[in-house]
Amino acid sequence: MVNGKRLLVIIPALNEAGSIADVVREIRGELPGVDVLVVDDGSADRTAAVAAAAGARVARLPYNLGVGGAMRLGYRYAYDHDYDVAVQIDADGQHDPRYVPKLVDLLDDYDLVIGARFAGEGDYAVRGPRRWAMGMLSMVLSGLAGATLTDTTSGFRAANRRMIEMFARWYPAEYLGDTVETLVHAARRGYRIQQVPVAMRRRMAGTPSHSPAKAMIYLGRALAVLTLALIRR
Amino acid sequence: MKLTLVTGLTGLVLLATIVELLRRRQLREKYGMLWLGLLFVVIPLSLFPRLLDGVADLLGVASGVSLVLFLGIVFLLLVCIHLSWEVSALEEETRTLAEEFALLRAEVEADRAERADRQELVHRDG
Repeated sequence: MVNGKRLLVIIPALNEAGSIADVVREIRGELPGVDVLVVDDGSADRTAAVAAAAGARVARLPYNLGVGGAMRLGYRYAYDHDYDVAVQIDADGQHDPRYVPKLVDLLDDYDLVIGARFAGEGDYAVRGPRRWAMGMLSMVLSGLAGATLTDTTSGFRAANRRMIEMFARWYPAEYLGDTVETLVHAARRGYRIQQVPVAMRRRMAGTPSHSPAKAMIYLGRALAVLTLALIRR
Repeated sequence: MKLTLVTGLTGLVLLATIVELLRRRQLREKYGMLWLGLLFVVIPLSLFPRLLDGVADLLGVASGVSLVLFLGIVFLLLVCIHLSWEVSALEEETRTLAEEFALLRAEVEADRAERADRQELVHRDG
């Protein structure tokens, strides 16, 4: 329970046996009374077993579906078990669960709340094509949503019951679909979206990519995903 | 004459292949019918390549054979697009199945754990 609401934390995880236990334990420590669902997206390592041992409920997909498939499963679980609020948190430990109550507070007035970098808290430096891509995404999506959204690809989000109902039925499995396309889709259907500035931590495991060629490809794909999302029904 | 033989034979071999696949139930009827229909156009054309010259003239194409080539490519492209569409639909279906399956497995495991807990409790009390 957080602010009198039944809350489910959904963690999509792919081969995160190294960090998932700490993430689950930290969430259960910081947010007592909250249920944690780890969606194992076809991991080859012991992610599911480690998460279960740390006290999470685990749903194991038979093969890798991508973040979108894992998330729709999470929202279906939240919908079937009548949770009031679903919060997505990444399995690599970069999201601080202490921000969750701040996100949940806003859910009385908004349907979807994003924990956003680049909004005052924490310090991040992103340069080159990746920065242009993020700038373009945040400009277009801010316009659509009628709110300033600085970090549209953030995987740290909280959804209320109304949003859970939609995501349980519809959640794209394609590249960037889990972040950008869901935002476009929700904003165009009149769901209210807002962001809360959060500081993100260094990942506990794994490294983010910094190659300029990859950043260019990212820009191209982001453009394509955004254009498609805008012209799709 | 030699050419007619080659094209005609090819058409017949294709026809036999499709019929055999249908007979062994390895091809869904909807696809089988598509290819059979096509072969009923292609086989007469392979025997009498000049059949389409009239239509070609009408469309401003110099020879009926080029028209067949053009239509063939358009048809193959359409088939490819259709197959991509089918695969997308299939992927969506298997995705839904996988999610459904994972949900059920989670329910079953939770149920089993709960029952094991209860049994242990009864054991201790009794």
